[in-house]
Amino acid sequence: MTTRAVWEEEPTIVDRLGRPVVLTLIALAVAFPLYVVIVTSLSTTEAVTRAGGLVVVPRELTLAAYAQLLSGGVVTRALLISVVITVIGTAFSLGLTVLAAYGLSRPGSLFHRPLLFVVLLTFLFGPGIIPSYLVVNSLGLIDQYASLILPAAISAFNLIVMRSFFMGIPGELIDSARIDGAGEFAILRRIVLPLSKAVVAVVGLFYAVGYWNAFFNALLYINDNNKWPLQMVLRTYIVQQQPLPTGAGGVASVGFGLAPAPGLAIKMAIVVIAIVPVLLVYPFIQRHFTKGVIIGAVKG
Amino acid sequence: MTTVGRVGVRRRAEVRAARSGGMAFRHRLRRDWPLLLMVLPVVVLLGVFHYFPTLGNVIAFQDYSPYAGIRGSEFIGFANFQRMFEEPAFWQAVANTLSITAVQLVFFFPVPIGLALILNSVLSAKLRNVIQGIVYLPHFFSWVLVVSLFQQMIGGAGLLAQTLRENGHQAVDLMTRPDSFILLVTAQAVWKDAGWGMIVFLAALSTINTALYEAAAADGASRWRRLWHITLPGLRPVIILLLILRLGDALTVGFEQFILQRSAVGGSAAEVLDTYVYYQGLLVGDFGYGAAAGLFKGVVGLVLVLVANRFAHMVGEQGVYSRS
Repeated sequence: MTTRAVWEEEPTIVDRLGRPVVLTLIALAVAFPLYVVIVTSLSTTEAVTRAGGLVVVPRELTLAAYAQLLSGGVVTRALLISVVITVIGTAFSLGLTVLAAYGLSRPGSLFHRPLLFVVLLTFLFGPGIIPSYLVVNSLGLIDQYASLILPAAISAFNLIVMRSFFMGIPGELIDSARIDGAGEFAILRRIVLPLSKAVVAVVGLFYAVGYWNAFFNALLYINDNNKWPLQMVLRTYIVQQQPLPTGAGGVASVGFGLAPAPGLAIKMAIVVIAIVPVLLVYPFIQRHFTKGVIIGAVKG
Repeated sequence: MTTVGRVGVRRRAEVRAARSGGMAFRHRLRRDWPLLLMVLPVVVLLGVFHYFPTLGNVIAFQDYSPYAGIRGSEFIGFANFQRMFEEPAFWQAVANTLSITAVQLVFFFPVPIGLALILNSVLSAKLRNVIQGIVYLPHFFSWVLVVSLFQQMIGGAGLLAQTLRENGHQAVDLMTRPDSFILLVTAQAVWKDAGWGMIVFLAALSTINTALYEAAAADGASRWRRLWHITLPGLRPVIILLLILRLGDALTVGFEQFILQRSAVGGSAAEVLDTYVYYQGLLVGDFGYGAAAGLFKGVVGLVLVLVANRFAHMVGEQGVYSRS
């Protein structure tokens, strides 16, 4: 396990104990809040009452809070909206980003530099909250789900990351395909994309996480709380501690008249529902991070 | 573009011809139209949702009325800006923004460097991967989630207050105190993004030539001297670059983190420039005034970024906008 270089000293006792302790503390600092939230969300009313709030030592576990949240009502609907927005938005963004990244990755092509400049310039300044709002408003997108996708659909950063990756693909490959009579679309689909799975996965994750976490656009553009994505529900119910507003049937329809659930467990279950998709996708894509991100962060 | 060498012979001839103007525009268009078609949707989206709204900033110079629209509203010159500069609440927001940037430079900026140094000294690749996986994770959480988790840990009804109460102490609510708010948001930023910020430094560390360490060790340099004379100089370009970029971004501290906590803490501490724009513009409905505040932030921010980038070039680093 230890592959210490020959010139390095024997680690002192402080090193041997200190490093693991520090690393464990860091890992705990990240994991502990998640653990407490998950355990509380799985606890019964009695367990929550006995603990006087959040539960640290798990006893009497139950899925009641989740059953209640997922039985229809505000959270179920918000969850569905968030899932659909994330899936459609990610496909849309990823598709356009792949196309544009390839379109800008062929050296010497027509308008290659001015178009790249158009993309890069967006790094320098944002249009501002108010004018953006006015444009979305005048396009009639207020309270439309499209307002959660279109304004934030393209991340210049992601585009540049992907373009850098495409530019690393040997030109000979592309030329030989061209000689065989392949058009640009065929080259992209049959040669470039199969070689770029890692970067497509990472950029896809970035977009997906962006859509899943999107709160700013929902806050600005979605006034109708029947159309709220999950992050808005999380904000209202957990951060602002307000009762959940509902379109029909009032506050009680969080669970559609089932037995009153443990309040805190329900709240923590909403938090967990917001985390779970990230936790599910994360391990599959994590190994590509270093490769994918460093292209963008250092070279990009 | 240095990649010309990779392009095949035929293509290279085309590139040369194109550069020397020997290739007619018509020919290039016939050759490259699929590429242009591919870029088109992105250009349209950026045009509609980035460049067009940027022009919309003219309402900062108008007494803008949503009913009259941009064309119908009256131009009033710099009146919005004048009012803004006389407004104490605006300066409060500027002061809050700058102090948050300053505190984060001291308490946030060094953390990823330290983390990278510790992690880099771990020999087991497996353990490194596990720790990396854990510390990267919070970067992918939303601010709503991060604030929720902090609230459950150290808020008035959170675990800390709960534990204090059980042991007969006075409960504290660290989420609603204006006096320590700046440290709270820094702690949140560290929790969320310090691990992620480490990536760049790990990459820089991996490029340092190990032969340097060997030679230094042979010359009798202790590990601390090696850290001081080899590792830190190796990281210096990245550190300087990121530091300069952060200074260029001094007016941007993030919108979501503050809008979420503004009502609990109060505007005196939690109002930053972005939330000020949002409140004055959209909630109060004073669009022209809000746009003026936003434009002020945008223009000063742009100047800071350009100056910072120029500065990065001056100290011999690559900068950011020279990337292609």
